[in-house]
Amino acid sequence: MWLWFYKLASPPYAYAVAAKLRPWLLWSAVILMAIAAYGGLVMAPMDYQQKDAFRIIYVHVPTATLSLTVYIVLAVSAGIGLIWRIKLAHAVAAACAPIGAWFTVLALATGSIWGKPMWGTWWEWDPRLTSELIQLFLYLGYMALRSSFDDTQRADRASAILAIVGVVNVPVVKYSVVWWNSLHQGPSISLTRESTITGSMLWPLLLMLLAFMLYFAAVLCDRIRAEILKRERNASWLNAAVETTAARA
Amino acid sequence: MVEVPRERGLLQIVGLILARELRLAVRHWDQIAQPLIFFVVVTTLFPLAISPSLSELRNIAPGVVWVAAMLASLLSLESLFRPDVEDGVIEQWALSGQPLPLLLLSKTVTHWLFAGLPLVIMAPVVGTALGLPMSVWPVLAGSLALGTGCLSLLGGIGAALTVAVRRGSVLLALLVLPLEMPVLIFGARAVDLAMHGEAVAGPLNLLAAVLLLCLALAPFAMSAAMRISIE
Repeated sequence: MWLWFYKLASPPYAYAVAAKLRPWLLWSAVILMAIAAYGGLVMAPMDYQQKDAFRIIYVHVPTATLSLTVYIVLAVSAGIGLIWRIKLAHAVAAACAPIGAWFTVLALATGSIWGKPMWGTWWEWDPRLTSELIQLFLYLGYMALRSSFDDTQRADRASAILAIVGVVNVPVVKYSVVWWNSLHQGPSISLTRESTITGSMLWPLLLMLLAFMLYFAAVLCDRIRAEILKRERNASWLNAAVETTAARA
Repeated sequence: MVEVPRERGLLQIVGLILARELRLAVRHWDQIAQPLIFFVVVTTLFPLAISPSLSELRNIAPGVVWVAAMLASLLSLESLFRPDVEDGVIEQWALSGQPLPLLLLSKTVTHWLFAGLPLVIMAPVVGTALGLPMSVWPVLAGSLALGTGCLSLLGGIGAALTVAVRRGSVLLALLVLPLEMPVLIFGARAVDLAMHGEAVAGPLNLLAAVLLLCLALAPFAMSAAMRISIE
């Protein structure tokens, strides 16, 4: 049962798998994104309060969700790497960090663009916004710690500890709108209760979320391959693999 | 060889560490004084930069005192593990077979006695200079007592992670400050509420909860980070 897991943890196998998966993930992400964009920007009705301005939700919510999801992926793979000493898991964690940081920047930027017409201000020191900003700082700190070690293995393990400690911020961001009386609107989508958003607005959002996840997976494949290239640069299998791709091209 | 019961052995070791740290701290008293002077100097900047009028300063005083305390605590973290890692003491601890989390925790607690406690004592004086009413003193000192404990423990994780890094102090600030922000929020909020005569139990309870959480978990993170740093 664990065989696939061990197999996947070997860099040559993961390198090949990531290369195979990437086009599938990327193209399905692009197609879903196009459908969801049409559904969200053209078909969905106007919001009775926010008019057309609400449509930024189709970018804002997926990026904000991913800014947290990517961090969880990062922390879990860092934990796996720390406990079972799997080098590939550390490579995945390292690959996640810049992607997650960019999603956080995008979430903050789109939120700020949305906030200007709705709240009348670009930035508000509100719990949700502040904790999301802290999330960005955590990503930056993680990357700074990683780059300050010359030795990859030490960088891996030291940054893994930081990643795990930083997980405490994830629930704080997620529930900040529930715990504190926040200017940011509460969640409209829920798995346990009925969503407070109408169906014709909801399906493009969920589809967009799925598309962003697939896009993340596609970019992650690229970055994992880059990490493996960097880490295994002296390995003989890698030279062989690179030569065959070069020969094919 | 007489078999020493393990319970007593551990307590003895903690006692030995405390005694050693106290002795070292007394001999290097300037290292204790510097963060404290820094604390006072930083708070002095605000009246110069914003306005000398006490009524204006009063509104920002809780935040100013808390931010200054946080920065002073950050400054003192540099000396938490670095000297002992450089002369090999902590390496010996790691090899001694004794629980490293406990040893590092005792070291952090002593560090707090010299880096955190003076801030707690000094804060009411500084707060008064910024126009905080005397009625706020207990809350200010109480929130800082709980808060600087959290800062020392959270900072200890960062210090252990960066101790092997050259020029680690900027990095240390970058790692530790985001983690410490909740502490700052609760602490400054408690003082602010007290100043407006409202109930302060909420944020103080949250601070105490954070402190307990840090006490329970930070030593293990510190020891894991330290083992990576000294290998």
